[in-house]
Amino acid sequence: MISSLLGKKIGMTQVYDAQNVLVPVTVVEAGPCAVVQVKTTESDGYNAVQIGFASKKDKNTSKAEQAHAKKGGLQAAPRVLSEVRLDAAPTLKVGDVVTVSTFSEGQFVDVIGITKGKGFQGVVKRFRVAGGPAAHGSMFHRRIGSIGMRQTPGRTWKNQSMPGHMGSERRTVQNLRVVKVIADKNLILVKGAIPGANGDDVIVRVAIKGQPKAVKA
Amino acid sequence: MNPIINEITASQVKKDTTPFKVGDGVKVHTKVREGDKERVQIYAGIVIARKGHGIHETFTVRRMSYGEGVERVFPVNSPNIDKIEVERESEPMKARLYYLRNRLGKAAVLVKEKRYEAPAAN
Repeated sequence: MISSLLGKKIGMTQVYDAQNVLVPVTVVEAGPCAVVQVKTTESDGYNAVQIGFASKKDKNTSKAEQAHAKKGGLQAAPRVLSEVRLDAAPTLKVGDVVTVSTFSEGQFVDVIGITKGKGFQGVVKRFRVAGGPAAHGSMFHRRIGSIGMRQTPGRTWKNQSMPGHMGSERRTVQNLRVVKVIADKNLILVKGAIPGANGDDVIVRVAIKGQPKAVKA
Repeated sequence: MNPIINEITASQVKKDTTPFKVGDGVKVHTKVREGDKERVQIYAGIVIARKGHGIHETFTVRRMSYGEGVERVFPVNSPNIDKIEVERESEPMKARLYYLRNRLGKAAVLVKEKRYEAPAAN
């Protein structure tokens, strides 16, 4: 089986778990993902499967994409395509469908997404610089301040925090507990927040840092 | 709200809750876990606020305990709430009775019942 699925962030809510604790969860619609292409060491030099999620209209699809989807046995081209690397030769075949039942309750997952775009931001918001006093004639409110020393070193250090574009970056949140899997609706509930706005595409994968002891056994 | 989220939480929203409102004197029976044993603890006081909706709904109960004001916030839909008994009803003029926090002594447990006469039908 493969370790990751493509999905869509639905939104956040709260649910009571088995211990009657109210847990904050993010609802993710994960899969079903169709296997569009299979890559093996012989054919491509490495083992992987390409999976697709959701579909897009023909008028928005290039001919190359249409042909690729047809080869993968799909009617319409998937809106999102992603490759999952595998250690061994893939057991999945083109045309197979991977669903959310890959995941189980209690498991740890990583969720990858694109963070919300914040536009051009100053250092106070972007790097949590303290800023200056608000009042008493300080005239130094949300400014960056000094960016270096004197003749030594005579230059500004790398990674000096400065204003600029914030957000819209690929981010991974690791080790989120799967609170619930609703297989018939392709939904997965993970504890805590994940990057991106509601409706954004995300990748849900088995946590690379391992699983809690109870699940491993 | 998103219909998918509504569907997920709908099953956990209690349907047969005791109706109670702000200003009511209530007894909240909560399940308390001590090791393996479970027992019921009663917390009595006045409901001073109800907030939120659906699965997020909570209510605040204020009581005077040894001369000190204590407030506890309960989720309405918590499975740990065994039952709620309404002891005393009142009709306060405000939706949130935060003014009780500034009161001392006997006044702190009294919610004034203010009933408006229904305007006479012309």
